[in-house]
Amino acid sequence: MPFVNITIDDIRLQVPKDATILEAAQKATIKIPTLCHLELHNRQTVNQVASCRICVVEVDGRRNLAPACSTKVANNMVIRTHSPRVLKSRRVLLQLLLSNHPKDCLNCYASGACELQDLANQFHTDKNRFEGESSNFAIETSSAAITRDLNKCIRCRRCETACNDMQTVGVLSGIGRGFNMVVGPAFHAPLQDTQCVFCGQCVKVCPTGALMGKSHIDPVWDAINNPDKIVLVQTAPAVRAALGEEFGMEPGHTVTKQMVTALRRLGFDYVFDTNFAADLTIMEEATEFLHRLQHGGRLPMLTSCCPAWVKFFEHQFQDLLDVPSTCKSPQEMFGAIAKTYWAQKLGIDPAKIVVVSVMPCLSKKYEAARKELSSSGLQDVDYVLSTREIARMLREAGIDFLSLPAGEFDNPLGFSTGGADIFAVSGGVCEAALRMAAEVITGQPLETVDFEEVRGQRGLRHAGVEIAGKMVNVAIASGLGNARRLLEEIRSGKSSYHLIEIMACPGGCVGGGGQPFVDSKHEFEVIRKRSEAIYAEDAGKEIRSSQKNPYIQQLYKEFLGEPYGEKAHQLLHTGYTGREKL
Amino acid sequence: MATAKHSSAAATAPATPGADTAKYQQLEAFLTGLKVDGADLAGRRAVLIPALHRAQEIFSYLPTEVQKFIAAHLNLHVSEVNGVVSFYHYFKTKMSGKHTIEFCLGTACYVRGAAKLIEKAESMLKAKLGETTTDGLFTLGSLRCVGACSLAPVVQIDGKTYGRVTAEQIPAILAEYQK
Repeated sequence: MPFVNITIDDIRLQVPKDATILEAAQKATIKIPTLCHLELHNRQTVNQVASCRICVVEVDGRRNLAPACSTKVANNMVIRTHSPRVLKSRRVLLQLLLSNHPKDCLNCYASGACELQDLANQFHTDKNRFEGESSNFAIETSSAAITRDLNKCIRCRRCETACNDMQTVGVLSGIGRGFNMVVGPAFHAPLQDTQCVFCGQCVKVCPTGALMGKSHIDPVWDAINNPDKIVLVQTAPAVRAALGEEFGMEPGHTVTKQMVTALRRLGFDYVFDTNFAADLTIMEEATEFLHRLQHGGRLPMLTSCCPAWVKFFEHQFQDLLDVPSTCKSPQEMFGAIAKTYWAQKLGIDPAKIVVVSVMPCLSKKYEAARKELSSSGLQDVDYVLSTREIARMLREAGIDFLSLPAGEFDNPLGFSTGGADIFAVSGGVCEAALRMAAEVITGQPLETVDFEEVRGQRGLRHAGVEIAGKMVNVAIASGLGNARRLLEEIRSGKSSYHLIEIMACPGGCVGGGGQPFVDSKHEFEVIRKRSEAIYAEDAGKEIRSSQKNPYIQQLYKEFLGEPYGEKAHQLLHTGYTGREKL
Repeated sequence: MATAKHSSAAATAPATPGADTAKYQQLEAFLTGLKVDGADLAGRRAVLIPALHRAQEIFSYLPTEVQKFIAAHLNLHVSEVNGVVSFYHYFKTKMSGKHTIEFCLGTACYVRGAAKLIEKAESMLKAKLGETTTDGLFTLGSLRCVGACSLAPVVQIDGKTYGRVTAEQIPAILAEYQK
C-alpha cells in the first residue's frame, strides 16, 4: 500500500495514502474529538456524514478548517489538531449545538453516558452563548420498547446508519429540512406503526439521551413492594456476562452468583434463570428440527428466540412465515411454565405471580407485550428490565455489587446446563440444538459437545456438521443485514441449509440493545470478551447438554408429557403474523 | 398445533383507489421503463427524484400511498423516499385546489398591505395560507417578489397577475373562479 508523509502536531509519520486525518491522528495517539462519526464492528458500519464538525483541524495552506473524519491525508500535509483557531471553533460549534439542547443533564437518563456532555466538559463551554429558537417536541412513547425525545437529538444520524445500513430495517431517515428536520420514521409515524423491530442498536449508538429504552423500573419496584404479589425474576444468559461492566469491572467476566445475591437483596421472592427455559427451548426446538428433518418438513428451519428477528421477518418476509421454528423464546417459555406448572406445584394462584425478566435486549419488552404470548390466560411475562436498568435499580438500592457474596438460583426453574449459557452468543442456540440432535440421531453420547465450527465473530458463518454419516448444513447470522442475505437465498430457492440461527444484534445477545453502553470503537472487542466469558461459563458446567437437565426431565415427566407434544404446543409454541411494511 | 399464519403478500402494491387506477398504471409504466438493476442501490437511488417528478405530474401531489408505491418499486426504504420528498419544497404532499391563489410577500407588496388581502381571503374561504379549501377549489399560498413592485400589492391566481389589489376587490376577483 502506498504511504505518504505527514506532520501532525509536529509529529512526523508515514500513513497509508487513503487514510483520513482522523485515522492518521490515531496512529500518532492523538485523540481528535468526534461526535457524529461512528465506526462499528471493525468498520463494517460507518457513519461518515461530517455534519457536527467537532473534529475540525487546521491544515497548512488550506483556507478553511477541515473535518478530520472525512478529509484524506496528502503527502507533506501539515496538520494542527489543537491550535487556538481549532479550539475556538470547536467551542463555538458546541455552543451552537447546545443552543438547541435541553441542557437538563441532572434529569437525563443518559447523564454520564452522553458524548455531548463529555464534550461540553472537555471544552468547558462555561456559558449559554447563543439564545435562539428551541425545539419543542412531545416525547414519543408509542412503542413498548423505545422512547424518543427529539429535543435531545443532535441530528448526527448515527441511529439512521445503524437502522438502515447495518440492520437494513430502514425505519429512520432525515424527514423535513433545516431547523425542522427530524431523524425519524417516514411521515412522522409513531415508532409503533412502523417496521421497527426494537433491536435497540439505534439506542446504543445515540450519543445523547434522544433514544432510550422504555423503563420498567417503577412498576417493578411497585410489584416487589406489593405484599399480595409473588415476584419472580428470570435472568437471560447474556446479562451475567456484562452486568459487572456497569460496576466498573473489565469486560469478559461473568458475575452469575453475585447477580443472584443482588436480585435477592432487591427483594425478588424467587430468583430463577431464563437459562432453565433455554434448556427447555432446546428440547422443543431440536425435537421440531428432527421432526422436520425426518418427516420431510420445511427446511431450513430458522431459530425463533430473538423477538427483533421475528418481527423483522413478519414485516419483510411475509412469504416465509412457515420457515422459522414455532418455538416461543426462552423468556416466554419461562413465563408460561412459571404461571402453570410452577404455580400448580406450589399451589399459588397464577394471577398473583409477577414475572420480571432481566434481558440484554429492548425488543424483549415488545415481545412481552405481544398479546398472543399468554398461554396461561395471563401474559407470560409482565415486566422486562434491561441490563442497564437492573444496574440502575441496584445503584438506587445502594447495593455494593462488587462485594456481594455468591448466591444460588432457586430450583427447579433456576437449574441449567452449558447448552443454555451459550444462547447468549451468536451460534450458541445452533450449537445447543446440535448437542441434542446429534445424540438423538446417533443414540450415542457425544465425545465432545464443543462444536467449534459454528463459533466465531463473523456476522455470517456456515458450517457442515457430520452426524451419523450425514451432513447437516448450518448457517449463522447475527445482525439483520446478514440475516436478510440468508432469507433472500431461501426465497430464491437457493438455500441448501438445514438449520439457520439468526440473532438481530451483532455478536448475538451479548451485543444486545439493552446491554451496558460501550464506546463504539471498542464494541467489537468487548463483544468478543463477553462471548469468551460465556463459553467459559459453559465449559465450567457439570452438565452441558440441555436434554440432560434433570429438572427439565422432571418437568416433562410431571407435566408436559412428550417434547413437541400436545401440551408443549399449547404452552411453548406460537404462530406468526404478516405485518405491513411501511 | 400452532401453525404459521399466512397473510396475502400485499407488500409490493398498495391498494389503489378505483379512480386513481389509471394514474397508478401510468406511474408503473414509467417506473418499469426505467429498467433499474435491482442489485444496484446507487442506480435505484439515482432514479428516485425523476420518479417523484413524474409521479407529481401524474397525481399533482405525492400522497403517502404514492410514496410507498415508488419505494416498493425501487426497493428503497419508504423513510428514504419520504426524506427526499420532505426535503424539497417542490414536492407537495397535500392535494392542491383547482386554483392556486398566491399573495406576494415581497417588501413592496408587504408594506402596501398584502397582510390585509390575506386576512380577507382567509376569512372568506375559511382556509389558512398553505391550506386548501374544503370544496377543493382554492389553495392559498405566498410568493416572493414577482418583479411588479409598481403594481403592489400583487396577487396571482393560476399565474394570472392582479395589481394594486385592495381587500374590497377580493370577493369580486374570487368570484371569477367560483363560477
